[in-house]
Amino acid sequence: MYAANFLLLSAVLFSIGVFGVIARRNAVMVLMSVELVLNSVNLNLVAFSLMNDTIDGQVFALFVIAIAAAEVGVGLAFVLLVYRNRRSISLDALSEMKG
Amino acid sequence: MNALLASDVNVAQNVGFYIIAAGMVWGALRVVTTKNVVHAALWLIVVLGGVAAQYILAAAEFVAVSQVLIYIGAVMVLFLFGIMLTRATVGPDTDLNNKGWAIGIPVALGLLAVLGYVVFDTIGDEVVVDRDQAQIASTTTAISDSYIGVYLIPLIALSFVLLAAAIGAIVLARKD
Repeated sequence: MYAANFLLLSAVLFSIGVFGVIARRNAVMVLMSVELVLNSVNLNLVAFSLMNDTIDGQVFALFVIAIAAAEVGVGLAFVLLVYRNRRSISLDALSEMKG
Repeated sequence: MNALLASDVNVAQNVGFYIIAAGMVWGALRVVTTKNVVHAALWLIVVLGGVAAQYILAAAEFVAVSQVLIYIGAVMVLFLFGIMLTRATVGPDTDLNNKGWAIGIPVALGLLAVLGYVVFDTIGDEVVVDRDQAQIASTTTAISDSYIGVYLIPLIALSFVLLAAAIGAIVLARKD
């Protein structure tokens, strides 16, 4: 099996995730797209671990999984707070800081 | 690209890879295009499960089990709660996309072209060797050795990050 298989699959997932971050307006959907990006990076790390025959890539992937869990928790708390204050989670409505 | 030798080809691994990869790409496309937020969350489960299956194909079964436990078990429940707490209706939604959403298509395609070029340029014909039984059996041992050995300080730092994130999430989401 070519090593490029895993890396190309993860490049496709990464691009789809970036498209979701740009295109989506709902904050929860943007967080889901960020999860796609993080998972593609994890897939890359595990593939590198397989290619180089070391365990470090898998350890890094587990670190990324833990950080992603923390990120989702804080991110959804933010979304909840925004919803409570404005009754909407549209990201393009949050433009008070625009000059 | 050099041709693969017959001894290098693990047929079951290749067939499994392409089937799972097709499902994952389709699921990911549905996540970013569907009109229903709940359906997007359910398609995301398909992608995350596919990633776990790819980890098993890449001989990383500990990471695969962690993926199922943490992502499909915990993160997706969190997402579904987030959807339920921030939406009045469950059903199709017409304004999920930004006005300038079409800009995302050329950005994503350009990014894919650059990443694909880099991958082919650096490791175009490198072949993954199958791990033997002894290596696969000692994967979890090696991971735990790394955590208790070289990566002990990052592990402790990570536990503080998780603690801070949990407290921060509670403080932010609390109704006084």
